[in-house]
Amino acid sequence: MDTNGATTSSTAGGGSTSKSSSKKHSRKPIYSRFTQQELPACKPILTPGLVIATFTIIGIIFIPLGLVSLSASEKVVEIVDRYDESCVPSNYSNDKLKFIQNPSINKSCVRTLTVPKLMKSPVFIYYQLDNYYQNHRRYVKSRSDKQLRSVSDEKSTTDCSPEDKTVDGPIVPCGLVAWSLFNDTYWFSVNSKTIEVNKHDIAWKSDKEHKFGSNVYPKNFQSGGLIGGAKLNSSVPLSKQEDLMVWMRTAALPTFRKLYGKIEQDLQANEKIQVVIQNNYNTYSFSGKKKLVLSTTSWIGGKNDFLGIAYIIVGGLCLFLAVCFILLYVIKPRPLGDPSYLSWNRSPAGHPN
Amino acid sequence: MQNSTKSPSKRSRIEKKMDYIIYVLFSLLLVISLISSLGFALKTKFHMPNWWYMRPDDTEQFYNPKEPFISGLSHLVTALILYGYLIPISLYVSIEVVKVLQASFINQDLQMYDDDTGIPAQARTSNLNEELGQVDTILSDKTGTLTCNQMDFLKCSIAGTAYGVRASEVERAAAQQMANDLEQDGRQSSVSSKRSKQDIELETVVTSKDGKDNKPPIKFFSFEDDRMTEGNWRKEPNVDMIILFCRILAVCHTAIPELNEETGTYTYEAESPDEGAFLVAAREFGFEFFKRTQTSVFVRERYIGSGQTTEREYKILNLLEFTSKRKRMTVIVRDEEGQIILMCKGADSIIFDRLAKKGKTYLEDTTKHLNIYGEAGLRTLALAYRKLEESEYSAWNNEFQKAKTSIGADRDTNLEKVAEMMEKELTLVGATAVEDKLQKGVPQCIDKLAQAGLKLWVLTGDKMETAINIGFACSLLREGMKQICITTLDSESKEAIKENILTQVNNGSQMIKLEKDPYAAFALIIDGKTLAYALEEDMKLLFLGLAVDCASVICCRVSPKQKALVTRLVKEGTGKVTLGIGDGANDVGMIQEADIGVGISGVEGMQAVMASDFSVSQFRFLERLLVVHGHWCYKRIAQMVCYFFYKNIAFGLTLFYFEAFTGFSGQSVYDDWYMILFNVVLTSLPVISLGVFEQDVSSDVCLEFPTLYQQGPRNLFFDWYRILGWMGNGLYSSLVIFSLNIVIFYDQAYRVEGQTTDMSILGTIMFTCIICALNFQVSLIMTHYTWMQHVLIWFSIVAWFIFLFIYGMLPPKISHSAYQILTEALASAPVYWITTLLVTIACTLPYLAHMSLQRCFNPMDHHVIQEIKYLKKDVSDQVMWRREKTKAREKTKIGFTARVDALIRSLRGKLNKKTHSIESNKSYPPS
Repeated sequence: MDTNGATTSSTAGGGSTSKSSSKKHSRKPIYSRFTQQELPACKPILTPGLVIATFTIIGIIFIPLGLVSLSASEKVVEIVDRYDESCVPSNYSNDKLKFIQNPSINKSCVRTLTVPKLMKSPVFIYYQLDNYYQNHRRYVKSRSDKQLRSVSDEKSTTDCSPEDKTVDGPIVPCGLVAWSLFNDTYWFSVNSKTIEVNKHDIAWKSDKEHKFGSNVYPKNFQSGGLIGGAKLNSSVPLSKQEDLMVWMRTAALPTFRKLYGKIEQDLQANEKIQVVIQNNYNTYSFSGKKKLVLSTTSWIGGKNDFLGIAYIIVGGLCLFLAVCFILLYVIKPRPLGDPSYLSWNRSPAGHPN
Repeated sequence: MQNSTKSPSKRSRIEKKMDYIIYVLFSLLLVISLISSLGFALKTKFHMPNWWYMRPDDTEQFYNPKEPFISGLSHLVTALILYGYLIPISLYVSIEVVKVLQASFINQDLQMYDDDTGIPAQARTSNLNEELGQVDTILSDKTGTLTCNQMDFLKCSIAGTAYGVRASEVERAAAQQMANDLEQDGRQSSVSSKRSKQDIELETVVTSKDGKDNKPPIKFFSFEDDRMTEGNWRKEPNVDMIILFCRILAVCHTAIPELNEETGTYTYEAESPDEGAFLVAAREFGFEFFKRTQTSVFVRERYIGSGQTTEREYKILNLLEFTSKRKRMTVIVRDEEGQIILMCKGADSIIFDRLAKKGKTYLEDTTKHLNIYGEAGLRTLALAYRKLEESEYSAWNNEFQKAKTSIGADRDTNLEKVAEMMEKELTLVGATAVEDKLQKGVPQCIDKLAQAGLKLWVLTGDKMETAINIGFACSLLREGMKQICITTLDSESKEAIKENILTQVNNGSQMIKLEKDPYAAFALIIDGKTLAYALEEDMKLLFLGLAVDCASVICCRVSPKQKALVTRLVKEGTGKVTLGIGDGANDVGMIQEADIGVGISGVEGMQAVMASDFSVSQFRFLERLLVVHGHWCYKRIAQMVCYFFYKNIAFGLTLFYFEAFTGFSGQSVYDDWYMILFNVVLTSLPVISLGVFEQDVSSDVCLEFPTLYQQGPRNLFFDWYRILGWMGNGLYSSLVIFSLNIVIFYDQAYRVEGQTTDMSILGTIMFTCIICALNFQVSLIMTHYTWMQHVLIWFSIVAWFIFLFIYGMLPPKISHSAYQILTEALASAPVYWITTLLVTIACTLPYLAHMSLQRCFNPMDHHVIQEIKYLKKDVSDQVMWRREKTKAREKTKIGFTARVDALIRSLRGKLNKKTHSIESNKSYPPS
């Protein structure tokens, strides 16, 4: 066999040897561990020990994490008060829409909230809307970020229709989002003593500094035929209109909370808080709920038991699996690398030897 | 053109199946798009009018509550585009990339590089890499593929004495194998092992010398025997017969000599390679044929007489040519002394029938030798002569000339008849044995392929005897195998022939069915003419059924077209993957018709290579191409495709769920850039590295455990169970990702500073979860981590954060709602990180549990081997490792190993009988 090879090359003739050898070299693949697929590799395998250890470790990490989250969530004190129903006078309860759309009716409404536990400062005030599609495509698109940023772009209102311009010129800020700005207001007092509501720093810093221009002022806003939501003070630049900024960050889900302000004093347990609500915003036409929320926060944010529970469930599941594997392994152990598990040793019709 | 077939475009089974999955996904896409647009239409019609904040009174058509039908219809388009992520278009791109890289690994493989010719293996198309791992039947050409098409004069028998001591390849390899096997089979009782060793030693005596010759080898001449070379034959007792033998070799042929100017020796242009080998042999024995004229052949005889070289002229009086029907060739010459001699060479059976009573002196010995040669896989011819009287000759010649000049339909039969009259009363001189040299490593390769469970069909244009000889040489046939030869006679009518074939096929099938011995092996041998009938519509399935039941199938005398037809029959009849391999233009049809065509880039020109999908320079590289590269590529692509579907379902469905929360308005929760980068950067590199670098077991193990190859033909990694499992996993992951995120970030503040999430923040968190979960998932699939995989997987995750960081740094004009999202809103929120961790683990938990369960309690072969390698048991327990290696073969009835097994079985059978009488209590395993 070797002789054959030698023969062919010898009969190829002496003259062409150099040529053929150079040709050979050019086509010979160059050796490297990469091209030969021989790179050093680590080949971890799922041994029963590793499996059990993995599940146990996940369980051991997850359950305490869950407990910590749960306790953090427990520490959060939250007051939720739904007021859309009760803030409609009884004579309008059959026709709430008429009530809300009539500008001449006094919309103020008084609610009393009881503080269940000590609420440490800061206490965040949220309004929560329900069944409100801020994430609807038509709604989300209906804005002009350009226009909000700089005064020179105030004419770029192409996406804002139908709230793009009036006869007097472009609307600033244009679009449905701004137009439908939430306009309920809350006034808090304890024992007839007003509680200061800090409405600063409720918006993201990046919004204030980069997305909403300090020289952009509201123009022609809510001056058309249909009035949507709140009006804006046209002498305050957009970069200071934090309510607008919060509103303009459209929510992901049809139920959402938005920051209204902060109460920077502790609220004692069992204190009765009087809230005077100007119930202006129309959620009646689509039967959406309106809620006022007072909440403290912890490192996981607001009240969020689910996160902790989910952690505990997943961790528990892992521990359960670990136990199962231990049991299975005790009942039906398989030595690692036991050749009797190879298919040719297992099948009865295997090799006859 | 008659034999050409249309050149096809080939696609692998995995890709074809992938199409079906795409159909499934496309239907899913349509369904959810329809749901979505229906939902949108309903929402627009019934709810939109109430949503004053969307100015339903003043909308463009798309949102017009009064025309929900139009809204729904136009939303269908939006939905189809939005959910397009379900259809992994990038899968095709990624697969292309992966396949090109895989192909380049095939091209670069040094172990498929042939040093002699300087040609590396080449994947000429990257379409079929994974198909290499699913081959069931190999259809091989013979000449140039299995054999070198180079005849070596190896042995001869002259006047009842055998000359030539060198062993043929078959003898050598068989001896080696048997010796190895005996060493390993140490557990036999001492008596039996001693005996069987003795028995086998008897057979291996022949093969004593090999390899150590220092003489430069002569092409076509591997003969080795001091009694014959260097003129030593003059000292032999039957020197006259030897002279005659050599003269027949030198004179009875149709070749033309060519002088090689450089070396001064002659090379021969012969009709068949056998003749070339004979002439070289004659030259080496001292009878150099150097000139041919119209009427004469000139031979230089070196050792005759005084030792001077004499030139002798032989006048050719008549030449009766070789035909496949006559199976012999005769010349009638007049030598310088005026003696008329008839020299004849031909198939032994033909010659033996025509011997004179006196000419049978050496018949018995020669027959014995011929049998030995046949078993050794050699091509044999018998030589005979007859001295003619002048008168006898001229009488016959008259008749012959008459027949020759006659015109008419029966000219040929007349000629034949006349020739027949002369070719009789012959005297047997001896026999030649020529080795049709197998290509390097062919028997071993066939053996390995057979152990990997592959079937090998040989399709050759050669005549039946040659094909059978090569069958023996390659261990496709062996002694004790039952040969089912299907042949026909010319004379019959078409119906009669078909009837005849039908009976033969049925008899064959019946025979196989009735066979009780599990080790019985059958071989089907069929010639081209018969095949033409057998391939006809009404018979082909019957024929295929018989062929599939046979351990080996040899089709001889087939035309290129028939090669293609047989290939198609196997491909379509069995539905399994076929691989055609050949080297010549006559194999092009087969190469194109087979699922995979492999061309041998050898000496026979480039046509086969041009038509092929892969080219190798030697048949033996096929083993590595299939068992290593094929196996790897199959698993890589299968796993990659499964994961790809998983990944796109997991991602695409979250879009749908979210959309349902936006009143089916088609709003996406993710930034456009995230979605673009998802398939391009963030999840593509790990899956490509899975497709390019994954190795379940190393190449050595693939070769040592050929059974592992069967995972491909059995399609264990791309069956519907697995595909649907992955799709289900994708559905699960999408649900986990979406629902956990939605519930955790429902309405509460997510930071200590009291902010709640908005759409871009929720989208970014969800997307982070997706990237982490999917890339973690792919890392669980992999079992082979080089630094490349590590870099690519972890880079993909890190790349997401880097992107998010950089994207957030860009001015809000570009980054829009993602401006400073990581730095300001997310990185400082612990919930972001712990949600990501939770979702990642929750997503991968079922796969982890499933894999662990499977590995622990129902491991697949490669799992166990991985463990053995991991624990280094192969080093510490070599006995076990070697034992498993010998067991890891598919049951096969062809190849060396099967041959040796059969031999050992028969030896043991004999021994059992013997030992039974000696020690009646001792029992042996039935095998």
